[in-house]
Amino acid sequence: MTRNQDPRSAAAPDSTLGTAIRARVPNAVLMLYILFLLLPLYWLLKMSLQPNSEIVGAFTLYPATVTFDNYIKIFTDSSWYTGYLNSIYYVGLNTIISLLVALPAAYAFSRYRFMGDKHLFFWLLTNRMAPPAVFLLPFFQLYQSVGLFDTHLAVALAHTLFNVPLAVWILEGFMSGVPKEMDETAYLDGYSWPRFFVKIFLPLISAGVGVTAFFCFMFSWVELLLARTLTSTDAKPIAATMTRTVSASGMDWGLLAAAGVLTLIPGALVIWFVRNHIAKGFALGRV
Amino acid sequence: MEKTYYPKAWLMVLPVVAIVSFSAIVPLMTVINYSVQDIFGPENRYFVGMEWFREILGDPEIRGAFQRQFLFSFAVLAIEIPLGIAIALCMPRKGPWVSVVLILLALPLLVPWNVVGTIWQMFARPDIGLLGIGINGLGIDYNFTGNSIDAWVTVLAMDVWHWTSLAVLLCYAGLQAIPDAYYQAARIDGASRWAVFRYIELPKMRGVLMIAILLRFMDSFKIFAEPFVLTGGGPGDSTTFLSQYLTTMAVGQFDLGPAAAFSIIYFLVILLVSYVFYQVINNLGKGVS
Repeated sequence: MTRNQDPRSAAAPDSTLGTAIRARVPNAVLMLYILFLLLPLYWLLKMSLQPNSEIVGAFTLYPATVTFDNYIKIFTDSSWYTGYLNSIYYVGLNTIISLLVALPAAYAFSRYRFMGDKHLFFWLLTNRMAPPAVFLLPFFQLYQSVGLFDTHLAVALAHTLFNVPLAVWILEGFMSGVPKEMDETAYLDGYSWPRFFVKIFLPLISAGVGVTAFFCFMFSWVELLLARTLTSTDAKPIAATMTRTVSASGMDWGLLAAAGVLTLIPGALVIWFVRNHIAKGFALGRV
Repeated sequence: MEKTYYPKAWLMVLPVVAIVSFSAIVPLMTVINYSVQDIFGPENRYFVGMEWFREILGDPEIRGAFQRQFLFSFAVLAIEIPLGIAIALCMPRKGPWVSVVLILLALPLLVPWNVVGTIWQMFARPDIGLLGIGINGLGIDYNFTGNSIDAWVTVLAMDVWHWTSLAVLLCYAGLQAIPDAYYQAARIDGASRWAVFRYIELPKMRGVLMIAILLRFMDSFKIFAEPFVLTGGGPGDSTTFLSQYLTTMAVGQFDLGPAAAFSIIYFLVILLVSYVFYQVINNLGKGVS
C-alpha cells in the first residue's frame, strides 16, 4: 500500500486494491465538494418548512413538523409575490434588449475589421469591470431626470451595462466558430444579409444564443445594488423585498428562508434548458 | 479567420455603442464632473481641482479598505482557482452523471447575491445554523458576528461556496476540448499523471484559466451584497470592502465629491490590475505552449 501511494507510479499493476482506491479518490473529492455546496441549501430548505418558533426554539437536523405556511404567506401576500413578478419582468426585458443589440455587433466583431474595432471591444469589456457602486448615484440621477425611475425598463437598461459587453463577448466566440464560407455561399445564393442572418446563421449558433440568454438572465437576476437603487415601489425586486422585511419585522427566519428558496427556482428552470451547453458557455464559446 | 475590411460594420455595432454609452458614458462623465467639485446644492458648487483625490489617497481608513480588499481578492484567487482545477479534474468526462453534476455545480451561481448572504447567515449563526452549532460543538469558539477573524473566514468560505463552481465549469470546458489522442500519446510515452497535467492539461486550460482569473478578480473586487447581508461589514470594519465603503459614502453620507473621486480611483485600480493579470498570464503561456 505505501508504495502505491506515490502518485507518480501511475501504472501500479501489482495491487488491484491500490488502483481501486485511487480510482475512487476523484469521485470522493467530487462528492465532498457537492456536499459542501448542498449543505447550506439544504439548511435553507429545512428552515423554510419550519415555523419560526421551532427554528429559534430547538436545534434539529430536519424539520420535526413540516409546514407550508411560509410559502402560503408569500403566494397570498401581494407585497411578496409582486417582487417576484417585478424581478422576472425586468430580467426578461434585459435579456431581450441585450440579445437584440449584441447579435449584430458580435457578428461585426467576428467577421469584419473596421475603424477602432479592437479599442471598441476593449472599451465594452471595461464596462464589465466597472463596480456598480461607482455608478449608483449617477444612475439614480440620470434615470430620474429622464422619468424612468422606478420602472422595469430602468433596471433592464442599467443591467445592460454589464450584460451587453458579456453578451457580445460570448456571441463573438460562438460566431467565430462558424466558417466564413457559410456566409459567402449564402450571399452567392442570393440571400440578403438580414434573411441570411435569421434563416441560416441564427440556427447555426442557437446553442450560443441560448447560453448568452442564460448568462444575461443569471447576472441580471442575481444583481441587487442597482436594482434596489433604481426602484422604490412599482418595480421593486424580490431581493429588495427580502432585505427590507428583515429589518422591519425582526427575524422571521422561516419566511425569509421560503422567499430564498423561491429565488432559486427561476435559475434552476433556466439552467435545465441549457444544461448541455453550459460548460461551453462558461468558457464564453472559446473552446 | 481572415477578416474583411468593411467600414460599414460600424452600423452593426451602433446599437451596442448607443445603449452602453447611455448607461456608461453619461454616468462616468457625471462622476468625473463631481470628483472635481465641492457640492453644497444644485446651484451651489465650487471647482476644487484635485483636492478630493488628494484627500482620498491620504485617508488611512480608505487605505485600510484597499488593503482588506486586495487581501480578500488574492485569497479568493489563491483558493478558488486551484480548487476549481482540482474539482474539474475529478469530474466524469462523459456519462449520465455529467448533466446532473453540472447542474448541481451551477446552483450557487444562480442565487441572488443578497440571498447568498442570507443563506450563509442562517447556516453559520451559532444559535440556529448547522455550521455554527457544528463548529462550536467541536469545542472551537466560533461567532462570526463578534470575532473579526471568524467573520473574515466566514465571508471567504461563503465566496468559495458561491464562486468556485465558476472556475470548475470553466476548467471543465477547457479539459473537454482536449482530444483523446493527446491522452493516448501520453499513455504510450508512459507519462505520469503529473506530467499529463503539467504538459497537456494545464497549457490547454490557459485560455479558460485566464477568463476565470480575470472574472474572479473583477467580481471579488466589486463584492458588495454578500458580506453586507452576512456581517454588515463588521465586526468593526473588518469585512467592510470597497463597494460598501463607497456606497456608504455616496448614498449614506452624501459626500458627492469625495465619493466620485473614490469611484474613479477604484475603477482605475480594477482596470490596471486586470490589465497586469492579462499581460502576465499571456506571457507565462508563451513559455509553456
